[in-house]
Amino acid sequence: MIPINDFLILSSILFALGMYGVLARRSAVLILMSVELMLQAVSINFITFAVYLSPETFTGLIFAVFVITIAAAEVGLALAIVLRLYRNKATSNVDEADIMKW
Amino acid sequence: MTWEEVIFFVIAGVTVIGSFGVVFARNVVHSALFLILSLLSVAGIFVLLAADFLAIVQVLIYGGAVTILILFAMMLTRVRDLPSPSDGPQKPIALIAAIAFAVTSIAAIASTEFPNESDKINVVSFEDIGTALFTTWAVPFEIASLVLMVALLGAIILARGEEGE
Repeated sequence: MIPINDFLILSSILFALGMYGVLARRSAVLILMSVELMLQAVSINFITFAVYLSPETFTGLIFAVFVITIAAAEVGLALAIVLRLYRNKATSNVDEADIMKW
Repeated sequence: MTWEEVIFFVIAGVTVIGSFGVVFARNVVHSALFLILSLLSVAGIFVLLAADFLAIVQVLIYGGAVTILILFAMMLTRVRDLPSPSDGPQKPIALIAAIAFAVTSIAAIASTEFPNESDKINVVSFEDIGTALFTTWAVPFEIASLVLMVALLGAIILARGEEGE
């Protein structure tokens, strides 16, 4: 039996790495990949708690299913926006998309 | 140390190495390949948690669809031909924020006693998940299908562009 803390620490590390990627990268596609890492960390957390703390109702498992569904929708839309940005400004770096900056 | 733990540490190590590759690789295509490694080993973590259904969904949706989509977007936007570096000037601040988050979160986990922690992992069968999805969670399930459809339409409209372009 693996202690519950091991899974939670793994998911913290994944979330921190994803956070670093979101904050440090400039390319929108790379930021999106880091967001995927953060979503993975959240899924691991949900499933760990569902399995260890409430095995009868397994709400966390269902939540993880929805997290994956929404992540798929989000990737599709976000990449369409990135393509649009690239077509309009010939770049996919987020710091050059400053039209709405006041 | 039991075999279970050895397997866990191997898979967790691969996951963390893959994630480091995603955020630190210089070449963006290498980043995407590291992402595939990381996502597939997370599926292994799901198997260790006895969540087989989630592991299969993970391999199908993340290992297949999402990574292909990301590689396509890279191809179409030619991110790797850009002369500018892929990291912004805010790198040190990002590093501090991420390390602060990791330290805080791990300290909180280490100092928490979880109530009524069960001493064995219950296997939730596919049947149970299906029943719960279509009874207790029927409304969110339908809303999720609506969200997927709207996202599909939105993606097509956004990527297609205006008429006569």
